[in-house]
Amino acid sequence: MAFTLYSLFEAALLCINAVAVLNEERFLSKIGWGADQNRGFGEEVGVKSQIIDLIRSVRTLMRIPLIFFNALTISLLLVLG
Amino acid sequence: MDPPTGTRNPKKSKQRSKRHQQPQLFDDTSMHPPAGTYGQSPGYPQTYPQGYSQGYPPQQAYMAPGTAGYPGYMPTGHPSEPAQHYGEQIFNDPMAAMAVQYGSNLAGHGKEYVAKNIDKYVPVSRLKYYFAVDNGYVGKKLALLFFPFSHMDWSIKYNQHEPVAPRYEVNAPDLYIPVMAFVTYLLVTGVVLGTQQRFSPEQLGMEASSLLVWLVIEVACLMLVLYIMNMKTDLKYLDVLAYCGYKYVGMIAVAIACMIFNNMGFYVALGWVSCSIMFFLVRTLKVQILPEAEADQLTGSKRRIYLLLLIAILQPIFIYWLTSGLFSYRPTLIGKMAASL
Repeated sequence: MAFTLYSLFEAALLCINAVAVLNEERFLSKIGWGADQNRGFGEEVGVKSQIIDLIRSVRTLMRIPLIFFNALTISLLLVLG
Repeated sequence: MDPPTGTRNPKKSKQRSKRHQQPQLFDDTSMHPPAGTYGQSPGYPQTYPQGYSQGYPPQQAYMAPGTAGYPGYMPTGHPSEPAQHYGEQIFNDPMAAMAVQYGSNLAGHGKEYVAKNIDKYVPVSRLKYYFAVDNGYVGKKLALLFFPFSHMDWSIKYNQHEPVAPRYEVNAPDLYIPVMAFVTYLLVTGVVLGTQQRFSPEQLGMEASSLLVWLVIEVACLMLVLYIMNMKTDLKYLDVLAYCGYKYVGMIAVAIACMIFNNMGFYVALGWVSCSIMFFLVRTLKVQILPEAEADQLTGSKRRIYLLLLIAILQPIFIYWLTSGLFSYRPTLIGKMAASL
């Protein structure tokens, strides 16, 4: 299949957007993936806590670049169709 | 004022100071026109002074079509001079000079910023270790990629925490072979498509993009898995890139086999290459991923084994996926020729 670099960029952007819209208090806490629900244990660094950390760091770090990349992609798609 | 015609010194004619009206081998783009001798109308090519260029008809012929068309042509004889004058005027203007300086300042700042931060994303100092290879290493590694079953010792004898140049250690990963194999595979794909009468130059670009995208996806998934499973290994992402790039060598063999022998060759080559690559990667990565298990908890080692098997299984899948585009049931031209012999 013909993958272009642009489709890779689009797919990555969509995935990061999907991670960024997971709201902390409305959703993640409800399913037990909130940021404060695993802080108690010192030694246990399991898969779940790694994923929780990953989600939290993506949401914190990528907010502003995401705004920029989304705006760029939207304008590109508007112009080039 | 006219120089003697037959006594040109070729060395002198190459000097940039054009004070003397020596006939030159190049267009005169200096400020000062040679004084006095030209002063003609735009019918200049015809009235080229006799002192010059009896030996330079090519120059005259070259200048003639260029000069005839210039409307504001200054009758001093050199077509590039008006442009030169305008260029000079731009830099004489103070505002423009300031703008140029500001722009170059900005570029300097940008370069500094990039140079400071590039080491975070692309470890440039480590990168050179991956390309420090020599012929012996490349030969041994290629042999190892196609026949790893007889190699006994897979450990890397150097300190794991500092990068080791591959020319001293056969088992170390390098980036030279993957990069070369990538480009070679693209070219071989072009050849195979050509023998199947379905080549066009855009295909090469599309194939390159596809390959690159799949490589990026594979490396990103592996790094993600390594992070999530919390496995502290010495594998940096350049290492993972190198190990994922070794399968291109196998793919070259599969593509060539597909071209020469049709279906049979494809499957045989695919099977052999898959086995080799799986064995090679499992043996190489076992050394790098599994020894941490003694220090880690017991569940860690089972995860690591699964990760190893995952990496190993991914390779043949990718090889088949990526080369299946080449494979067609139509007999290729070479196949037809071989069959008719």
